Amino acid sequence: MSETLEQAIGQAQHRNWLSRMANLQVFWVFIAAVLACLALTFMTDAFATERNLFNVARNFAFVAIIAIGMTTVIASGGIDLSVGSVVVLSAMTISVLMEAGNPFWLSALLAIGVALLVGAINGVLIAYAGMPAFVATLGMLSAARSAAMVLSNNKMIWEFGPDHDILLWVGGGSTFGLPHPLYVLIALTIVMGFVYRWSRWGQYVFAIGSNEEAATLTGIAVKRIKVTIYMFSAFTAGMAGILMAGWLGSVTTNLGTAMELTVIAAAVIGGANLNGGEGTALGAVVGALLIEVIRNSLILLGISTFWQGMFIGTFIIVAVSFDRIRYART
Amino acid sequence: MSRLKLSGISRSFGAIRALDGVSLELAPGEVMGLMGDNGAGKSTLVKIIAGNYRPTSGEIRVDDKLVEFNKPIDAQREGIEIVYQDLALCNHLTAASNVFLGREPTRRFGPVSIIDYDKMRTTSAQLFARLKSETRPRDVVRRMSGGQRQAVAIARTLLSHPKIVLLDEPTAAISVRQVAEVLDLIRNLRDQGISVILISHRMPDVFAVADTVAVLRRGELVTSKGASESSPEEVTGLITGAIEYA
Ligand SMILES: Nc1ncnc2c1ncn2[C@@H]1O[C@H](COP(=O)(O)OP(=O)(O)O)[C@@H](O)[C@H]1O
Ligand SMILES: [Mg+2]
Repeated sequence: MSETLEQAIGQAQHRNWLSRMANLQVFWVFIAAVLACLALTFMTDAFATERNLFNVARNFAFVAIIAIGMTTVIASGGIDLSVGSVVVLSAMTISVLMEAGNPFWLSALLAIGVALLVGAINGVLIAYAGMPAFVATLGMLSAARSAAMVLSNNKMIWEFGPDHDILLWVGGGSTFGLPHPLYVLIALTIVMGFVYRWSRWGQYVFAIGSNEEAATLTGIAVKRIKVTIYMFSAFTAGMAGILMAGWLGSVTTNLGTAMELTVIAAAVIGGANLNGGEGTALGAVVGALLIEVIRNSLILLGISTFWQGMFIGTFIIVAVSFDRIRYART
Repeated sequence: MSRLKLSGISRSFGAIRALDGVSLELAPGEVMGLMGDNGAGKSTLVKIIAGNYRPTSGEIRVDDKLVEFNKPIDAQREGIEIVYQDLALCNHLTAASNVFLGREPTRRFGPVSIIDYDKMRTTSAQLFARLKSETRPRDVVRRMSGGQRQAVAIARTLLSHPKIVLLDEPTAAISVRQVAEVLDLIRNLRDQGISVILISHRMPDVFAVADTVAVLRRGELVTSKGASESSPEEVTGLITGAIEYA
């Protein structure tokens, strides 16, 4: 009996092929990105240069950082359309504050604070007022960008006061040859990979996305957790906003426009299930990587970047049909 | 001694009178089959016992002690656990995670506390063994049969060593072989001294395991007696109203 109990604990009837299936999407997306990189290395001289790889790494990091926040929202059965607007609001907050002579750290903290506030409003509207996530965050997409315009009087800001160089170093600099946003991304990926798997909060994110009513019946504080999920999503967008301000060296009110679509695409391509209950931090990163590699390859191959949307759209549809196929077998 | 005693339980939803003066008693280790047509008030009654709804009027006693439930946790503290009609499981999580959902054991490492998956797997494997179910802790619920899902939902209730387990339609949407499995699960509960209220539409299931039968018709209790003193024919008559009371 004790032996069979041990066996029961150790085994799972469907574990092997199920875990293979679950990992399939991330795996294949990664393979696709690697193949695209290899092809580009042979087809163009420009791809495998240090400068280009540096640019790719930095560019994809911004989308990937927010895609981790988005994956959390999607895994909980929601959606956050406001991230692009939170990017500009956060970037504008830090710019305006620094231009007025405030130190970098204080301004960055306040920018993150503003982002968290936006996330909290989203979360309260969704969890407590019972609004569909799509509607609440669509409203916020409009409102947050408008707030950024009001804040800056719709002017471009390119002088960041006494800590100007610090901001540019944080967002645009590099250490040991790697761009700083990439370090932020790596740290976030490791932390969230751990949180998803090992924390109660992570477990509840997936439980809510899987069966919200069940989560409520078992006594999980579903509403409170939902608020924190949207706050986390806004936090990632706020952080990306600060980094992008430093990278670009100037901030205009159209920063981050339509970014939510790229971010959602990255999350979905990376295996986040729009019906909730599934998603990984690594998947978000790999999804974002694939999108950036496609964008980069179009430029290097001299193909019009107007084609980019076509490729991303195709990948989204392929990614979602992966889900369908998986469910059909269930 | 009665494990559970309901006296004059009524509950209205607006103009709908879902329950009207229901009184019944449940002994330790007794299995009661609760039957009635759709909308008769069965789910409402067990949800009142489980603390999901408050009765409009009436009293609940557990082990002869007057209790009042405002939330499910109040009922759980008195040893009452419920398996909901739609099971309330998370399809994407494993059996072990579902058994412990909302009550995950954790281990502390300095400032961080992490979920103790080892303990969850060990305990749920023991619970499945106790229920003589072949469900495995690491299996994902989405890929399970109806009988295995029931085992997960019932194992959940055993976590807190309950006195009373309420099962709302556990055999509604599963195959014949799985029904037998679920009936075995119920017998296992009874053998451990746990009282069970089993809601079911399926007459043979009820008579296979129940010690007593109770019938609700439009919110009123029309019978409550030993299963051996009743019959499927009588119960059918009571459900439809062909027989007034028994
Ligand atoms: N939350 C509720 N709000 C309003 N009416 C309800 C609610 N729950 C149950 N009812 C009503 O109470 C009656 C009994 O329902 P229920 O207990 O679910 O019956 P059963 O489980 O026997 O099919 C029905 O008329 C139903 O519509
Ligand atoms: Mg019912």
